[in-house]
Amino acid sequence: MSILSVTNLRKSYGTTVAVDGISFSVAPREIVGLLGPNGAGKTTTINMLLGVLAPSAGVIRIDGHDLATERRQALSRTNFAAVYAPLPGNLTVAQNLRIFGMLYGVANLARRIDELLEQFELGGFRDTKCGVLSSGEQTRVCLAKAMLNTPMLLLLDEPTASLDPSTALDVRTKIRRSTASGVGGVLWTSHNMYEVEEVCDRVLFLSHGRVLLEGNPRTLPSEHGKATLEELFITVAREPLALER
Amino acid sequence: MHITRIAAVVLRQFYLIRGSVSRLVPLFIWVAIDIVLWGFMTKYLNTVTSSGFNFVPVLLGAVLLWDFFTRVMHGVTMAFLEDVWSRNFLNMFASPISIFEYLAGLVASSVFTSAIGLVVMLLLATAAFGLSFFAYGMALVGFLMILFIFGIALGIVGCTLVLRLGPSAEWFVWPIPALLSPFAGVFYPVTTLPGWMQMIAYSMPPSYVFEGVRAIVTGKAFAPSSLITGALLAMVYVVIAAMFFMRVYRQAVRTGLIARYSAESLS
Repeated sequence: MSILSVTNLRKSYGTTVAVDGISFSVAPREIVGLLGPNGAGKTTTINMLLGVLAPSAGVIRIDGHDLATERRQALSRTNFAAVYAPLPGNLTVAQNLRIFGMLYGVANLARRIDELLEQFELGGFRDTKCGVLSSGEQTRVCLAKAMLNTPMLLLLDEPTASLDPSTALDVRTKIRRSTASGVGGVLWTSHNMYEVEEVCDRVLFLSHGRVLLEGNPRTLPSEHGKATLEELFITVAREPLALER
Repeated sequence: MHITRIAAVVLRQFYLIRGSVSRLVPLFIWVAIDIVLWGFMTKYLNTVTSSGFNFVPVLLGAVLLWDFFTRVMHGVTMAFLEDVWSRNFLNMFASPISIFEYLAGLVASSVFTSAIGLVVMLLLATAAFGLSFFAYGMALVGFLMILFIFGIALGIVGCTLVLRLGPSAEWFVWPIPALLSPFAGVFYPVTTLPGWMQMIAYSMPPSYVFEGVRAIVTGKAFAPSSLITGALLAMVYVVIAAMFFMRVYRQAVRTGLIARYSAESLS
């Protein structure tokens, strides 16, 4: 059974269609990259998966639970980190993790917080307010929050955007390891094609709200006559009609 | 309803208040100033009138009760605004918390913050100006309950306005109690008002409280049924306010407002 199953998902605002009937899934222990140029519908899709944007049509099932009718069950198995959703800067790292741990109903919360502080090398910032942390440290706090409930579905919207290459590599390694050793799946958006190639098992290219291409990020470029994933991305952004399925 | 998620909203408010003098002091400083100001005012009035009428339980008691109502309303709104100011909607509403649990958390936060103001006011009014709440008898419990419930209702309306109109709408929210005070008959009988204002007054739960306060301290007949009317009205307003919030929240989820909501993007 898929961790995430999206069927004919659509979002329109009046006559403007942001997401146009997309379907895809994420399997256990799979990292799927959701790629596309700005305005392709990636963030709209993620917002619908998070339950903060109501779809115009379609069904989202997370670990077997319909998000529309079993919101609590679906969202308690989900978590996310996004550059545009920092944790409140007026609370300390530990306070934020405790509050979100309670919201997600995490068992043995104190121990889980200690584990995550160690895992993301945040022990020294436990009692520091998030607002005074560097952007890289804040990103690590967001990732720690995203892992609090050991989610079945982890949504990561450009999770390494503000990290230096070394820390970004650490984060990628941690997420790959935890995905490989766990039972959940990851949906990952990024504009860093090197990162996508390294991390993702499969990618979906979105363009104008539709899934234009899907496949293995290491073989997909050559299948479409391109040398690199970055070149393929640029083609998707500039000449999507040339790649219509 | 899951108590841990409600407790998380309260704990967040507790952490913020504990860690910030600028959040802690306003919980009691303005109400304390009001009590001191009106305390001396009532003392002065007691000396210049020859009737022997004691203004303390009427005026100072009314100020205390009105300030309590205001603190309750602001307690709900402040807890909500913390999410607005810290741009925390996406994190909060993408979690498993239900909207009723979230509202319950805001209300519980307000119980905690308004209780601090109430205790300070009671201590100050009793110790410095001799206000005795035994004068109101058991009706005091009813008075506080009505004002608490109506304060919750208005607090939810304030949250709804900010959710619908954006962060800058908070400036509509703060003066709401002041806008209502002329109709509530805080300092004068409702019969003083012109007919159309009386109609509005009797549709507002606080008017039943302040009419009751005056009736009790002046030894006039006080019908407990008026307290029941006030309480029922307050409960109706809470239900309407919660429905109003739900409607605006659902619309915000439909239009994407929740996802886009931030102090920078809306004004």
